[in-house]
Amino acid sequence: MSQKNLTIKQLEKKANEIRQDIIRMLYEARSGHSAGSLDMADIFTALYFHILTHYPKRPLWAQRDRLFLSCGHIAPVRYAAMAHAGYFPRKELLTLRKLGSRLQGHPERVRLPALESTSGPLGSGLAQAAGYAYAARMDKQKFRVYCITSDGEHDEGNHWEAVLFAAKNRLSNLTLFVDRNNIQIDGYTEDVMPLEPLNKKYEAFGWHVLDIDGHNMEEIIDATNHAKAVYEKPTVIIAHTIAGRGVQYMEGEYTWHGIPPKSKDELYRALHDLRTLGGTIQSEHE
Amino acid sequence: MNNFAQYLSKRIFSKNVEYAATRDGFGDGLVLCGQKDERVVAICADLTESTRMEAFSKKFPERFIEVGVAEQLMVTLASGMANYGKIPFIASYAVFSPGRNLEQIRTTVALNNVPVKIIGAHAGISVGPDGATHQALEDIAIMRTMPNMIVIVPCDALEAKKATLEAAFNKKPTYIRLTREKSPIITTQNSPFMIGKAEIFVAGHDVTLIACGPLLYETLMAARDLKKEGIGAEVINCNTIKPLDEKTILDSVKKTQAVVSIEEHQIIGGLGGALSELFSQKFPVPQEYIGVHDCFGESGTPQELQKKFGLTVFDIIESAEKVLRRKTS
Repeated sequence: MSQKNLTIKQLEKKANEIRQDIIRMLYEARSGHSAGSLDMADIFTALYFHILTHYPKRPLWAQRDRLFLSCGHIAPVRYAAMAHAGYFPRKELLTLRKLGSRLQGHPERVRLPALESTSGPLGSGLAQAAGYAYAARMDKQKFRVYCITSDGEHDEGNHWEAVLFAAKNRLSNLTLFVDRNNIQIDGYTEDVMPLEPLNKKYEAFGWHVLDIDGHNMEEIIDATNHAKAVYEKPTVIIAHTIAGRGVQYMEGEYTWHGIPPKSKDELYRALHDLRTLGGTIQSEHE
Repeated sequence: MNNFAQYLSKRIFSKNVEYAATRDGFGDGLVLCGQKDERVVAICADLTESTRMEAFSKKFPERFIEVGVAEQLMVTLASGMANYGKIPFIASYAVFSPGRNLEQIRTTVALNNVPVKIIGAHAGISVGPDGATHQALEDIAIMRTMPNMIVIVPCDALEAKKATLEAAFNKKPTYIRLTREKSPIITTQNSPFMIGKAEIFVAGHDVTLIACGPLLYETLMAARDLKKEGIGAEVINCNTIKPLDEKTILDSVKKTQAVVSIEEHQIIGGLGGALSELFSQKFPVPQEYIGVHDCFGESGTPQELQKKFGLTVFDIIESAEKVLRRKTS
């Protein structure tokens, strides 16, 4: 059932566990996207363990909050959060990207309930979420529609078409997160195709804008509550994150966007970092 | 339907043959769909009047969504709405949709397997003066390769209306190709129509003419002229390109052993391509293609363009005679 009774410290611990599973999944799969998956672990933990109204044992419950993942390449963090929340057994996480797996390399709606949609190509998730939110409002539904996008996918025109549409239609039942980790495949976003000032762009398009620390549980939760109180505009939560968060050799490095930890050394160092919180504690907790 | 001839309009070859555009049939059908089921919604990308969504937009304004010139947005919104449980129709010119939004159709409609109804209006060279950029000649080929997609090309306004009604409730991603110009009404209100069922308009033993879209009219006229030469042409209306009605088509082809495919589309990958794929696997026969020969259209009147690009009654007769020579050589 909806878990709204975890403390901030418990949520932080859960995020850490999810990060460890992401590392294990990617290592086992031998391919996949490390940076974004890791840096969104706090937001996904907050969503699946506090923010979303949902029932993991009833993944298609009609009144659930919907979550659209537009930047589908960070599927590992979504799968890990869903497993920890009870949608399917944790051991299934190691089937990521394997033949016949429900956990496809980029998430597919028909394979796994409650993924809501298929994504991967970038730029079209917000439009789908907006269409869904629009239809839900036609029927006076009470649930909320969340959408997660990366900053890199803001290069796609389709995304901005959706931004225009959501503002035109005042879709206040729609809340957008941007994973502002400043990286994309070919380099840092501000070198490849500068987005700043991103918040001013959204304001100009008619959205309500919140800038938060994407690794601060309280800020994440507060921002989603704030968004629920804004009625005349859709809200975007620009979450400032550190790519590869939690694993010291990955943090801030765009080269880790699309590759997994490959060697045993990389695997162990990553898990060690996570278990000792970057060397700040002595013993490794499980 | 082997006995379809009885359902054809009696006025086909008379001076007072009725004319209507397939897009008009769609527009009427869409309103009926809206009346029948409140889940039906319509989304348009700044082409409401010319795609004939206007009547729906006036009758059901709360169920009509204007997105401006944004075909990618149009289809991805539709995907989200279909995902929720609505039955969305989207319409634009076939060059833009599919075309500009191809990947979104692929991922958010076909791969997602949600029942979005994609209307490709203004298809073919008969679009006329707007020229090549607005004349879709590759849309059948594109949509045919999409898994989970149904591809329908109605031959007249009445078929377009029936196709719209049936597509709305088939629970599948569906593409319907429409034309701009008024074209002859070939079928009647009572003509049976079923997605996936090819219709034998005229029975014959010598050559099979398989056509889709308004060129069925030219095909029927060609069959009549061929009859005067003593050649019995069987005319099949292949209103569904995907899935192809293999049985009806193969039964005919086994009888005649000669085929001409007819479409207002490139000869690469459309109806002709689909048929060739079928024949080469199941029953190889000589086939001639009526279509556009791997070039772009251009500005002109529909009649001029039809002649320039080889889509007239005369061209069909010539191809029929050619394939008969191939059959016997």
